[in-house]
Amino acid sequence: MDLQTFIVVAVIKIALVLFVVLTADAYIVLLERKLVARIQNRWGPNRTGPFGLLQPLADGIKFILKEDMVPDDVNRTLYILAPMLTLAVALMTIAVIPFGESITIFGVTTPLQITDVNIALLFVLGITSISVYGVALAGWSSNSKYALLGSLRASAQMISYELSLGVSLVGVLIMAQSLSLREIVNAQSGGFWHWNIIGLGAGQFPQVLGFFIYLGAAFAETNRVPFDLPEAETELVAGYHTEYSAMKFAMFFVAEYTAMITVGCIATILFLGGWHGPVFGPPLMQSLLPVFWFVLKVFFFIFLYIWIRGTLPRFRYDQLMAFGWKVLLPLAVFNVIVTAAVVLLRS
Amino acid sequence: MHELLFFIFAALCVGAAVNLLVQRHPINSALSLVVVMLALAMIYLLLGAEFVAAVQVIVYAGAIMVLFVFVIMLLNAGEEERTAGSRVASLFGIPGVFVLGGVIAWIFLGKTAPQEDVGLGSFLPATRDIAKALFTDFLLPFEITTVLILIAIMGAVVIARREEHR
Repeated sequence: MDLQTFIVVAVIKIALVLFVVLTADAYIVLLERKLVARIQNRWGPNRTGPFGLLQPLADGIKFILKEDMVPDDVNRTLYILAPMLTLAVALMTIAVIPFGESITIFGVTTPLQITDVNIALLFVLGITSISVYGVALAGWSSNSKYALLGSLRASAQMISYELSLGVSLVGVLIMAQSLSLREIVNAQSGGFWHWNIIGLGAGQFPQVLGFFIYLGAAFAETNRVPFDLPEAETELVAGYHTEYSAMKFAMFFVAEYTAMITVGCIATILFLGGWHGPVFGPPLMQSLLPVFWFVLKVFFFIFLYIWIRGTLPRFRYDQLMAFGWKVLLPLAVFNVIVTAAVVLLRS
Repeated sequence: MHELLFFIFAALCVGAAVNLLVQRHPINSALSLVVVMLALAMIYLLLGAEFVAAVQVIVYAGAIMVLFVFVIMLLNAGEEERTAGSRVASLFGIPGVFVLGGVIAWIFLGKTAPQEDVGLGSFLPATRDIAKALFTDFLLPFEITTVLILIAIMGAVVIARREEHR
């Protein structure tokens, strides 16, 4: 592939993925409102378009048209920079997510992924650790006590759970022997019992524990229920984004939902075998079915997020810290030791 | 391409480092340091050290500097006060910087290249090789470092605890 084709293909892929992710963000918001409404025996939005399907559009227009207020006495530069940083960082992780095998269009074969890097998983973890800054700076620069408390909580929570998050993935890495997300998926090929969560293939060990530790830590990383203390509305108004309005608030919102999608993608790739699933039918269907399975698995995690939001109450702050440090981290280390021992003994 | 990117990130690194010293507010200085760390990570990446680059981002930019920013936010540190600065410092300091820089440059330029030239981006070690080297050839230094960090953690706990008993 020459440079020109490469650039054209890359730009098309980036535009396509961005469009899909941002649209998905908008409709996940609607899905969340609808599902939570059903869980609470309400209807949810149903006035804008059929079944309220145009609600995301209306919300988007509202965000754009609202007055964009900047309170007095904020640190202007950082106040404006924080939401941009949060959104940019959230969208960056999507770049390394593989969502299918390669595809051939007009004689150009390209992998279904924006870019395949050797250290993709470390890249994702690195970007996650950078994402703390957006939240921390948003709260600090707002010059408001609620926002500051919210961002302090958020930073402490994200730093604490990042450890368990990273360690919970080591079991998968031991078995895949690679940090490339594509190779991790390829290592799980050949039937659902080769998926890392079941892990009954040769040289594998079930990563059920790792999976649940990852889910717990990832929920905390994305500040979602039951770990949404940074925006506990009963105590902190809206937490770190209290002082934000219009599109700046929308940027935090979109970043949160993008982070949910990323968590779903990573969990799918690492534990549920990525795009692997039954493939049949004509050639076109054969190339598109893996993408369908991938999206379906990611959708499962999105649904789980919303389901849990509709079900569980919020943790207390000391419970949150104790759970992260005294339960998740030791369990994650235990998982690494057991997996390493089993893989070593079997090889 | 590699050379061009190297100079961009090197300039960013030096610029952020100077900004760190010039800024008056501690949080701006801390954020400049984050930029320095990230630019360094990019230079490691250009050299082909992918793992080191990722660890640089995760550990320095993601963990250590977050704690810096966290503490600055928690203590709500204000702008630093400027003193006029001593004349002796500016008299000896500024020429001192140039002399030191000159000496370092002279030593580097005076050294002949080692056995072979390693071009930018021509050397790609796998993460597995790093792990193997770390846990076999360099096991003792590695373990000693972990003990050192453990001691530092214990020291931090002791210092943090002392306040309660008073």
